[in-house]
Amino acid sequence: MKYVDEFRDPEAVRRLVEAIRRMATRRWTLMEVCGGQTHNLLRYGIDEALEGCIELIHGPGCPVCVTPVETIDAAQELSLRPNTILASFGDMLRVPGSHGTLLSSRSKGGRVAVVYSPLDAVEIARERPQDQIVFLAVGFETTAPATALAVQQATHYGLDNFSLLVAHVCVLPAMQMLATAPDHRAKAFLAAGHVCAVTGFAEYDEFVRRFRLPLVVTGFEPVDLLEGILACVRQLETGVASVENCYARSVRREGNLAAQRLVEQIYEVRDTPWRGFGVIPRGGLKLREEWQRFDARQRFSATPEVAACATECPAGDVLIGRIRPTECPHFGTRCTPDSPLGAPMVSTEGPCAAYHRYRVASHAGK
Amino acid sequence: MPPESVSRTNNEGLSCPIELNRDVPHVTLAHGDGGRLTRQLVREHITNRLANVHLQSLDDAACLPQPVGPLAVTTDSFVVTPLFFPGGDIGSLAVYGTVNDLAVSGAHPCWLTLALILEEGLPLAVLDQVIASVASAARRSDVAIVAGDTKVVPRGAVDGLFINTTGIGVFHSPVPAGPKSLTPGDELIISGPVGQHGIAVMAARERLSFDPAPHSDSLPLVKPIRVLREQLGSRVKAMRDATRGGVAAVLHEWAEAARVTLAVEQATFPMPDELRGLSELLGVDPLYFAGEGVFLLAVEPGACEAALAILRCHPESKLAARVGEVQAQQRFPVTIRRALGTTQPLDEPTTALLPRIC
Repeated sequence: MKYVDEFRDPEAVRRLVEAIRRMATRRWTLMEVCGGQTHNLLRYGIDEALEGCIELIHGPGCPVCVTPVETIDAAQELSLRPNTILASFGDMLRVPGSHGTLLSSRSKGGRVAVVYSPLDAVEIARERPQDQIVFLAVGFETTAPATALAVQQATHYGLDNFSLLVAHVCVLPAMQMLATAPDHRAKAFLAAGHVCAVTGFAEYDEFVRRFRLPLVVTGFEPVDLLEGILACVRQLETGVASVENCYARSVRREGNLAAQRLVEQIYEVRDTPWRGFGVIPRGGLKLREEWQRFDARQRFSATPEVAACATECPAGDVLIGRIRPTECPHFGTRCTPDSPLGAPMVSTEGPCAAYHRYRVASHAGK
Repeated sequence: MPPESVSRTNNEGLSCPIELNRDVPHVTLAHGDGGRLTRQLVREHITNRLANVHLQSLDDAACLPQPVGPLAVTTDSFVVTPLFFPGGDIGSLAVYGTVNDLAVSGAHPCWLTLALILEEGLPLAVLDQVIASVASAARRSDVAIVAGDTKVVPRGAVDGLFINTTGIGVFHSPVPAGPKSLTPGDELIISGPVGQHGIAVMAARERLSFDPAPHSDSLPLVKPIRVLREQLGSRVKAMRDATRGGVAAVLHEWAEAARVTLAVEQATFPMPDELRGLSELLGVDPLYFAGEGVFLLAVEPGACEAALAILRCHPESKLAARVGEVQAQQRFPVTIRRALGTTQPLDEPTTALLPRIC
């Protein structure tokens, strides 16, 4: 299969692993920001293949994991409102809020629809004028263009029964926060390829200059990931720090301008609470003044947002790479994919879910 | 193609009611009250189309000939949405699903019962299409529909049409010893590509416009299974159709029953390009998706080649492949060797990826 097989070729993988091992004169610590990359690194055994040579810290790039508990609570509340349907990506249904999940709301009579695209939620709103449809808008810069388009479409159809519960987050401010943390250990970053497909990577220049950390835009297949790691090691070994693009088949420096314009038109940046991080300056998006009528929080006076969360899940420590998933006292015992204590064990991009699925062996002694 | 007015349920239970068009003949509550209309509905739309001697009399019970051998009985209800999907519909699924359950148990399927629960407002054209599909699936599986029931419920009480089928078959020796009998060295075979039904229903339900649209593999598995049993006898130790939960669920059930580890190899699973492309695009693993015309079997060491030769002679299982083996119990009940050579635990499916697929 074109665009897949050549990037999973075992021979190419073997050569890259050897090249990285040859080039590295010491054990380097890198951070991959994106949860999709975390899963593939573990799934394909790349972390194990590079054992002793490269340490990978898993970053906060799982939008499901960083969505505040209160956002889930607000979504649950809305799903239980009369004549209201909460539409969401499937991943959000099993994420625990303060009182259960969206799935448990559904069993209490709440109405929750799983959609693959926010545009499907607009379709439901057109089909059901008698109901209010609220789309739970989570995700990084990758999903924001689609929710912005949904706002445009709802305007075009004159829908007054469609709104968004906005929880969009931006990846670069979180990376800045990580890089300034006193105990931060990553010597280079693999930047999230799909985010960069939208944003481009010009905005990373400043980050690299300020922190003197190599940053490589990286894709998701084994060969992509290894090329990204090799590029980081090359920079680290030669003492340079620059922005490099190893995912040129999907990412251009300027990114997707049409998508950027769309997001710019509908949203503006704001200081945003992240689960486990607190408030990150400019760390997310909100609807601009002229689109406030699509804000579900205002329309239905939903639960206010706060960043604090009293759960037993040390998601924040895991998401900034302070502890490995397997170092959490609850991992694999009280917290499993069947009964998760926190989002990182639920999401298909969560680091704890990745370890549980692909590396149960690594905590055999626990 | 089914009429446009068929109920469409969003996969999370947002039932869009059937467009009640007064001009289109449809099922009414009166059809369910036991009077003349009930008789008319049953005769004109059901029994006449399933023509067989047991149904003609409309008695309360069918009188069946004495079987030669112990009886096998299985029952299954079908609530799939949408009612029609590429490669099948609720009618053929209700026949093949039950027939396959009998076949993998080592029984020869003989008779089915058919119970229908209809929603008021269901267009009769939809009912006719489903019954025509039941009739042709029964002919293809060589079973007779010998008894049935029809109920009509008010709008909203069911989603268009639900079906229950009970299957009766006769065990022929040797009956497979079953998953408890698996021992290290036994070999695992899959009869064809996995996950095709689940992925087809998902694409149909979500209106994902793929070209070609993925098709369900809904099929009767009676023939290849009969020949396997005839020629290999007790060397076939266990069989199971990989429906809800996919092949991953079957592997976990077997591993637990026999207290062994089942080790499979990802690269050996037959994977047509369309299925692979869809799985990549949707980010789903076909090992966790339901098939309705695919089964897993375990054979004694050394019987694998013969089993594959038999399976590959039949169109229903022409892509059969050896996918793994039974090992002594280790830390993980099921392991999978990935394409790049790493061996990992294969998780048990935890939540329904997709409700109401059969």
